[in-house]
Amino acid sequence: MLGIIWFFLWGVLWAVYFMLDGADLGLGTVMPALARTDSERRTIYRAMGPFWDGNEVWLITAGGVTFAAFPTTYAVLFSSLYTPLMLLLFALIFRGVTFAFRNKLEHASWRALWDLCLILGSFLPALLLGVAFANLFKGLPIDGDGIFQGNLLTLLNPYGLAGGLLFVLMFALHGSLWLTTKSEGELQERAAAMARKIWSLLVLLAVIFLLATLRVTHLYDNYLKWPVLFLIPLVALVALFATRVFLALRSWWQAWLASSLTIVSLTFFGVMGLYPNLIPSSLDPKFSLTIANSSSSPLTLKIMLGVALTFVPIVIAYQVWVHFLFKEGLREEETGYEEGY
Amino acid sequence: MLDALFLSRLQFAVATFFHFIFVPLTLGLSILIAIMETVYVRTGEEVYLRMAKFWGRIFLINFAVGVVTGITLEFQFGTNWARYSRYVGDIFGSILAIEATLAFFLESTFLAVWAFGWKRLTPKAHAACIWLVALASNLSALWILIANAWMQHPVGYVLRGGRAELTDFWAVITQGFAWQIFFHTLSGAYILTGFFVMGVSAYHLLRRQHLEFFTKSFRLGLTLALIFSLAEVVQGHLHGSAVARIQPTKLAAMEALWDTQKRAPQILFLLPDEKNERNLVEFGRLPGALSLLAFHDPEAEVKGLKDFPPEERPPVLLTFLAFRLMVGLGFLFVFLTGFTWCRRKRLLESPGLLKVLVWSIPLPYIALQAGWMVTEVGRQPWIVYGLMKTKDAVSPIAVSQVGITLAAFLLVYGALGAVAFYLIRRFVLQGPEPEASAAGEV
Repeated sequence: MLGIIWFFLWGVLWAVYFMLDGADLGLGTVMPALARTDSERRTIYRAMGPFWDGNEVWLITAGGVTFAAFPTTYAVLFSSLYTPLMLLLFALIFRGVTFAFRNKLEHASWRALWDLCLILGSFLPALLLGVAFANLFKGLPIDGDGIFQGNLLTLLNPYGLAGGLLFVLMFALHGSLWLTTKSEGELQERAAAMARKIWSLLVLLAVIFLLATLRVTHLYDNYLKWPVLFLIPLVALVALFATRVFLALRSWWQAWLASSLTIVSLTFFGVMGLYPNLIPSSLDPKFSLTIANSSSSPLTLKIMLGVALTFVPIVIAYQVWVHFLFKEGLREEETGYEEGY
Repeated sequence: MLDALFLSRLQFAVATFFHFIFVPLTLGLSILIAIMETVYVRTGEEVYLRMAKFWGRIFLINFAVGVVTGITLEFQFGTNWARYSRYVGDIFGSILAIEATLAFFLESTFLAVWAFGWKRLTPKAHAACIWLVALASNLSALWILIANAWMQHPVGYVLRGGRAELTDFWAVITQGFAWQIFFHTLSGAYILTGFFVMGVSAYHLLRRQHLEFFTKSFRLGLTLALIFSLAEVVQGHLHGSAVARIQPTKLAAMEALWDTQKRAPQILFLLPDEKNERNLVEFGRLPGALSLLAFHDPEAEVKGLKDFPPEERPPVLLTFLAFRLMVGLGFLFVFLTGFTWCRRKRLLESPGLLKVLVWSIPLPYIALQAGWMVTEVGRQPWIVYGLMKTKDAVSPIAVSQVGITLAAFLLVYGALGAVAFYLIRRFVLQGPEPEASAAGEV
């Protein structure tokens, strides 16, 4: 029972991470297409500045919880995906220091260098996370000892790449919408136009991905067993269409929230399909890592649950407060202090 | 020799040492900035606000590198040390997850509010944010050191199903050794911060610029460094005697003691010869001193390295030298801060002392790295002392994978370190912003 609770909390952590940092990763990816002047680029940095680090901690927590609640899964997953995870790590390193370094010197080439780091440091994590999760849905070639019988190319299969592209587009839409809430005038119009363009592509790709999932993975087995679960992908699709409606109505916040719901429900679409596996083995189902064979002891799960139920609500409370504090995007004149971009 | 194990060890060493160049300053400086801002809020003295901003900017650059290099460590447990992760995840993993939930969120969220919220918060609320950052970063040190202490001295577990399972959480978080490591590391971090602030201030005082600003900063740095240099001597001694009880092989390597003996001597100068299990040079023998220091009894028996099979001994020379270096520097810090304290009212007339202090900035960095060298190299060949050997902990990964990422780490960290050093140096030399512009931002 504890293991099942933690399985869903594990899904919640990833969903929240994708929802929050997805906006940063997406906005970083589309920055070159949106910003034409340095002042516009600074607006984009300011739109993420107060939030990105707090958002990234959800990733660290999701990783930490995998380690704590499902140590065997953590060990097998991280060593199997060695190369993509290291790429993800380097990308996140470059993105992180960009926020601290870029504004420290005035040279145009210095800023261009860090802009490039932001773009790559945003695009790559979005792509890699998508590839990783799609491969997780599909199953990894792990043997009975939990040893990965494949290489980087194993992961770069069409379905994996489609997952990567899906994440990139989903986050790009999410990030463009985020910018519409934090900017005005021409930049806001450009962000809205970008969101509309990406939206059409995303609908197309989402449908293809959901259909490919039927062919390539066993995710739908649970859905056929418990048809009520079909509500989850349905919510994802409804939320995706609602995003477009709010976008047309210029209700920026509502559009961003609808896009958030899309991301959360799509993540849960995958997580519910995986249950009770954490890593299905593509070699033989009996090698799969499941809640039962990869979780921590009941005592650890109990203590962790106590900690999570006490502190995660507190974290959510203060992060929501921060969102209200910086709801009105940072103004140029607030940037007198060095950290203001 | 060049197998995935060796390269993974090298990679972890590079990643941890680099990470720990940046962490200690954030532990201490967050507290000093919080004090500066609090003094400003209570007295309204402008100079303290400018101090908070000047040191805050250095803090932010330093913090950024600390954060991004910290993620590397969490990743590496899984990528490179999968067998270890599987074996200890029940305990070690949960401590890490708790650290993220309790400390990282608080730290990252409120540091951003502090950096961006100058005009959106009342001065009191703004000062409260940096206090939260200081609390959170020190709290995160506590959790990570509890995790490390468990690797040094595993408690509260049972071996079941081929792994260590938690049986007593309370024992894990309250064990004395964890708190020893915590106080030892924190004191070191505060000494480093104190010397950093003193050194930077001394640079400007030597040039007779921003006198009030840097005299006040210097005082804060000196107070911190003096208190914790003294505390570290007492605490370091207690820590050492805990090591003697808990990790006899580490103690024997630290002291290059080969034969088990009662009334074990402390030898002032020696050079270990690992191959022949003896010391080449021994000079300045204080009989019974090691027994006294380790067990508070000059007659006590201290275990020598020969009592342990060679494959269970740590590298002696490295552990020994790192320990001597750390202790030597530790005493130098007491002397330097004590002397500076006596001259604190005549700083401007002591250019020689100020110069020494500028050049002393790197010393605590060296001492802290040496300390970790003793802790981690001295624990070898174990990854979890007495339970799991390092060689059994590595992931089933290809040597080429680790080779490539190790090269990438060296390149990327080298570049990051150079940029961070350049920026910090630049802002340090530039000094605080002129009074008017800082005041205008309140």
